[in-house]
Amino acid sequence: MNTQIRRLGIVLIVLFTALFIQLNYLQVIEANDLNNHPANSRAVVRDFSQPRGVIQTADGAVVAQSVPSNDAFKLQRQYPLGPLFAHVTGYFSFTYGSEGVEKEYNDALTGKVSQGSFNPRDLLIDREKTGNVTLTISKSLQELASEQLGERKGSVVALDPRTGAILAFVDYPTYDPNTLASHNQDSVRAAWSELNADEDKPLLPRTYRERYPPGSSFKVVTTAAGLATGTASPAQPVYPTMRELLLPNAGGQTLQNFGGSTCGGPLPEALRVSCNTAFAQLGLDLGAQKLSGAASDFGFNKVPPIDMPYAAQSFFPAAGAFARDQPGLAKSAIGQQDVSATPMQMALVAAGIANNGVIMTPHVLGEVRDSDGAVVQRYEPKPWLTAVPPSVAQTTRDMMVGVVERGSGTRAQIPGLAVAGKTGTAQTGLDKSHVWFVAFAPADAPRVAVAVMLEDQPSTTEATGGALAAPIAQAVMRAALAP
Amino acid sequence: MNTVVGALRRNTELGLMLMAGILTAGAYTLAGLGRSASLPANLVPFLLVILGLLAVAHVATRRLAPSADGILLPLAGLLNGVGYVFIARLDSDLAALQALWTALGVGAFVATLALVRRARDIERLRYTFALIGIGLLLMPLLPGIGQNINGARLWVRIGSVTFQPGELAKIALAVFFASYLVEKQPLLAMGTRKVIGVWLPNVRHIGPIILAWAFSLIVMFFEKDLGSSLLFFALFITMLWVATARNFYLGIGLFMFAAGALIAWSTFAHVKTRISILTDPWSVANGAGYQTVQALFAFAAGGLTGTNIGQGNPQRIPAVSTDFIFAAIGEELGLLGTAAVLMAFLLMVGAGLRIAMRVEPPFEKLLAAGLTAIIGLQTFIILGGVTRLIPLTGITLPFVSYGGSSLISNYILLALLLRISADDHARVQAQAQVMA
Repeated sequence: MNTQIRRLGIVLIVLFTALFIQLNYLQVIEANDLNNHPANSRAVVRDFSQPRGVIQTADGAVVAQSVPSNDAFKLQRQYPLGPLFAHVTGYFSFTYGSEGVEKEYNDALTGKVSQGSFNPRDLLIDREKTGNVTLTISKSLQELASEQLGERKGSVVALDPRTGAILAFVDYPTYDPNTLASHNQDSVRAAWSELNADEDKPLLPRTYRERYPPGSSFKVVTTAAGLATGTASPAQPVYPTMRELLLPNAGGQTLQNFGGSTCGGPLPEALRVSCNTAFAQLGLDLGAQKLSGAASDFGFNKVPPIDMPYAAQSFFPAAGAFARDQPGLAKSAIGQQDVSATPMQMALVAAGIANNGVIMTPHVLGEVRDSDGAVVQRYEPKPWLTAVPPSVAQTTRDMMVGVVERGSGTRAQIPGLAVAGKTGTAQTGLDKSHVWFVAFAPADAPRVAVAVMLEDQPSTTEATGGALAAPIAQAVMRAALAP
Repeated sequence: MNTVVGALRRNTELGLMLMAGILTAGAYTLAGLGRSASLPANLVPFLLVILGLLAVAHVATRRLAPSADGILLPLAGLLNGVGYVFIARLDSDLAALQALWTALGVGAFVATLALVRRARDIERLRYTFALIGIGLLLMPLLPGIGQNINGARLWVRIGSVTFQPGELAKIALAVFFASYLVEKQPLLAMGTRKVIGVWLPNVRHIGPIILAWAFSLIVMFFEKDLGSSLLFFALFITMLWVATARNFYLGIGLFMFAAGALIAWSTFAHVKTRISILTDPWSVANGAGYQTVQALFAFAAGGLTGTNIGQGNPQRIPAVSTDFIFAAIGEELGLLGTAAVLMAFLLMVGAGLRIAMRVEPPFEKLLAAGLTAIIGLQTFIILGGVTRLIPLTGITLPFVSYGGSSLISNYILLALLLRISADDHARVQAQAQVMA
């Protein structure tokens, strides 16, 4: 029997060796792949219980931080300013993942990018390896924008046209990210389903993720296109003064001016009073190719390279879409029919005009510092698009100044300062409109560009972009320019 | 000579026991320092209980089997201690109970050594053991006391006490197989007819194999206990092969295993599921394969050196305190820890087989080989399942997993091995006296 017992021993050794090899495979050879496997949520738990840096505003207010907790995760993420920065910071939720800056700059916050070079000190001193993110947004301007917007559905965004740095953006309605960052799964689920069931979409960052018909605010793009292609100049042509424009190939269908008014004249005059018939004619004069091309040059049909997750691209129909639809071309030239834009996109249109035709890449990141305060990453401004030549930008700017000085946007005037702007009112139904105002100031050396959009305002001749949105833009620009 | 060898072995054992105790206490302290699962201070007394019990087992061996092998008990103590630390780290409620089970296990160990003074005493009780073994195995099927837990019917509840009789059955059956096979060995080993160049034994003698096979299938069919069924059949074939030295039995055993496996695979959805989890756990990572996938992630998370005790997330694995405790060890102690546990089992198997080689009476020899095969095979079956080397079949990891039935039966198994090894030394001493 001893021979058999010895063989039994050998068999068992072989079996145990197989186990040992399998363990080597799992724990060493394949370990990295398993650790990064998409079904592996251990990494999430690890990230979730990992120290995480703070997110703070340009003026030093903490908007996201981790505080010790007494549960398995050891740390609880907190948003001290709650709803005010909800669409900026996003949330960091165990149950629903992350959103906003928490998502975009996860690696920076957990310190994955802050360990640039090896520091021998790390062998001796145990220090937090997290990164702290400083935003370009300031708390004071954000607060002011939020107060101005009030409880009206819409969006306010302000940025520095010279760098693309976003100075403020608020959306209403908003939510409290603390409710989603809780470690109590039941309460998080309840909050989540309640927020998702809300038909006003409080979780939606309207500023960069929702599109609206831009209405007349799009006339800035049409103006620039007309100037850049030589189709129009400040003096020529002089658009006929009329109440309605007979659309070509439309069986007698006409396009009317806002409130049934009569208008016309050269381009600066047409822009000043936001003359639909003149811009519809300009659109027809430009043709589909040039108008569609100009929209693309301003960033339509492109995802803006903003450092926020899932930014929406704005839409302008391709030239081919107008081949048999000349009326559509006329309507698109005044920002109607299928044209749609995010508030961010319209702010970038204003910023492009303000910055001599160059649209800078919009961003919320100022810099990332390590726990010692050393800068490990700084956002270097970079151009995104060149929309129009400087001369075209300057001419367009002068016309936009006219809009604020003595046109449809007088409520955006700031004493002692030239402001350039454009109103927009886009009818969305029989009695509802989205109202817009895009602007920048000071007109001769712009330091702030804004877009204001209010959703679903009652359609009356008083509820226009000039009446409702311009005052908000004025207050935000004034605060942003205050020394 | 007996006393000299015995004293030497017992002192070796004591030294090794101390090391096992230090390792356990050290691991326990580390677990306490672990950040995510700080151990409640009220568990410390239970640790002392465990260490005290190991001391009791050692003293009992000194008194009752002084010349027995000196490596097995420390190894069992180390595995029991490490298992306890992990159970305490995973579930503090189970820790107190595991201390109680350890006490019962050590009690059973001492009782076995005290009752079975010579291994051959139990050889005569072969049919009693056969009945006990079969009775225990079939007990969960009895209405009223049988319990379905996690889809398998391998529990028995009497009053408020639940236990797994299958754990004890394997020992009773090993005793029966050993004595039966030793008696029938000449008949079984001898061929009577030659077919295609192979001497086949009389069909009458193949009967027991078919019986054992049918029996293991019954266990699988009605109790849905793949692990016990596999262990039981493998044990029988192994002992038959060791007893007869005929590879023919190994071949027919493998063939019948394949046939049984095929029947099981085609008949039972849960067997099919196990196979598909083995071949592709990822497509069912959130369903049937969740446990396996989480265990794989735990092993990977541990890497070479582990996360340290108390700093991983092994509680994500269902049944981590029992069948999957090895994955927790893998995560928190890494490959170094799993290799050490594997090595401890291999040393146990080595010590057990060495006893089997040395001892001369065939019953003791075969029983020692069988009992050692139980430890080796059971360890392989569960660790192979947990590491996705073979299909997962739920059985416990001897001495390490949480569970009373498992601990008690493994300590009885250990006591029997020690008794056989002590017998051998008594015999050697007697021979020496005759020669003198």
